[in-house]
Amino acid sequence: MTTMTTAVPATARHVGPLTTLRQTMTLAWRSLVQVKHNPWELLDLSIQPIMFLLLFTYVFGGAISGSTGDYLQFALPGLLVQNALFYTLSTAIGLNTDITKGVFDRLRSLPIARTAPLSGRIIADTAKQVWAFALLVGFGMILGFRVETSVVGLLGALALLVVVALAMSWMSVLIGLKASSPEKVQMIAFSTMMPLTFTSSALVPSQTFPGWLEAWSDINPVTHLADAIRGLMIGGDVAQSAMISLLWAAGFAVVFAPLAIRAFRGRV
Amino acid sequence: MQHAIEAEGLVKRYGETRALDGVDLAVPQGRLLGVLGPNGAGKTTAVRILATLLRPDGGSAAVGGFDVAKDAHRVRSLIGLTGQYAAVDEMLTGVENLMMIGRLLGMSRPDSRRRAAELLERFDLSDAGGRAAKTYSGGMRRRLDLAASLVGRPQVLFLDEPTTGLDPRSRTELWSVVRGLMADGVTVLLTTQYLEEADQLADDIVVFDHGRVIASGTSDELKATTGAQVLEVRPLEAAHLDLVAQVVADVIGEAPDLTGGRATVSVHDPAAVPAVVRRLDDLGVVASELALRKSSLDEVFLAITGHRAEDEPSAEKEEALV
Repeated sequence: MTTMTTAVPATARHVGPLTTLRQTMTLAWRSLVQVKHNPWELLDLSIQPIMFLLLFTYVFGGAISGSTGDYLQFALPGLLVQNALFYTLSTAIGLNTDITKGVFDRLRSLPIARTAPLSGRIIADTAKQVWAFALLVGFGMILGFRVETSVVGLLGALALLVVVALAMSWMSVLIGLKASSPEKVQMIAFSTMMPLTFTSSALVPSQTFPGWLEAWSDINPVTHLADAIRGLMIGGDVAQSAMISLLWAAGFAVVFAPLAIRAFRGRV
Repeated sequence: MQHAIEAEGLVKRYGETRALDGVDLAVPQGRLLGVLGPNGAGKTTAVRILATLLRPDGGSAAVGGFDVAKDAHRVRSLIGLTGQYAAVDEMLTGVENLMMIGRLLGMSRPDSRRRAAELLERFDLSDAGGRAAKTYSGGMRRRLDLAASLVGRPQVLFLDEPTTGLDPRSRTELWSVVRGLMADGVTVLLTTQYLEEADQLADDIVVFDHGRVIASGTSDELKATTGAQVLEVRPLEAAHLDLVAQVVADVIGEAPDLTGGRATVSVHDPAAVPAVVRRLDDLGVVASELALRKSSLDEVFLAITGHRAEDEPSAEKEEALV
């Protein structure tokens, strides 16, 4: 039987970098084209922060900052951080859904670059991050939020959030590969991100916390990230908090990237 | 002669359990091998190894002459895989699902669109092609899944329990699709829990149990291995079933199986049948059904393994309901 072997030589043993890139973009397209059928998906994921934005601004705003307008200025950058952190776990949810539905196996049985399913998803999720950022800022501005720095500051805030989100996506990949179901991922996301953002300076000034909580809040990476984003959008000291945020991000990547890659290899 | 699929001494361990315990397989090109066995027999593990999704702990396997471990990428360019779950992206439309695969395989956009249309047509999904896959019925999803595994015109196709959970009509439809593929010369390895499915489709059958191949041959060869015919007696009155069982056990010398209101037993000597009839007549038991037939694969499986092929717990549940 020579027909089997003669049909094959055209196929290379491995995938070249250009082909890898093309496959990555195809898989990124796959995650993004869903938005076309379900444009509300992006809004779905932003509904919680928008709800928080409305609730916090109009219910607690006056009590916390004296006026709803002042509070909105303070809280919107924090809500952007909260939303970005929550959003990193959509990578985990998507990956885990692929695994439980068998799509992941289908992709792995194709002659494509091993990394493409992962990198394609992360690129798509980053694009969604940018969109969600724009959506929240836009909504905030309708309510009266004003960027007090400049467009550069605003873009800097976006860039910082994207970098941190990318670093966090390693953890997200690990969770996505290890969790038993997408619902579990959602639960993990909720029960870690919620306390983290609430015990930071993202939504309220931490000076009113009891001593022990304020001490924690000073360590909490979300505090530093929120301070940096706030500084970039409405002014204030940025350098230190941005630096600490980036260090945290690097730490996250250093710890979780090898673990995620190992888990991924185990699957491949 | 080179086989399209070859495996030698495949071993896969999960902790203490051996999912595969030395499996040999050989499928000549263009043939359909049916891998038959209950849940947990190791069928899916074997498919996953052959489809390069899992590395064996021992033994070796080759698809199209390429080693699945060392030359995985080349193996992937030859195969198509349809797993137990319809592996389609539910958020994408049928067309998009197929186009994605086409694009990943290096087709141009127009080519992948053409190929998608072709396959949707073939699988009777043209009308649904523009709808998100989450709106599809179970049978439609399976067909789309199978179509997705055919985008790259694979020479070797793995179908892992492709009809599990399908209604009888969808099942028959899928069978005719598989027959069509066979006509194209594709080599197929199909796993199933359904003996009828193996009987209908497979050129050759191997029977898996506890990670081992415990029997192999054509459907007829397997049926002949027990060397027996089967006697079935259904009493007109269900209450007489115990009586029937007693008579059959007396005459044949073996306790019959009592599923579905029938006493079923293997018979090696056809002369025993009249004796059963006479005894039942003496006792005044009227049989609504009394038949002597060639053993089915089901019984072959029972004879070889000592247990049924279908899920045992569900079989028990059925009995309890009857």
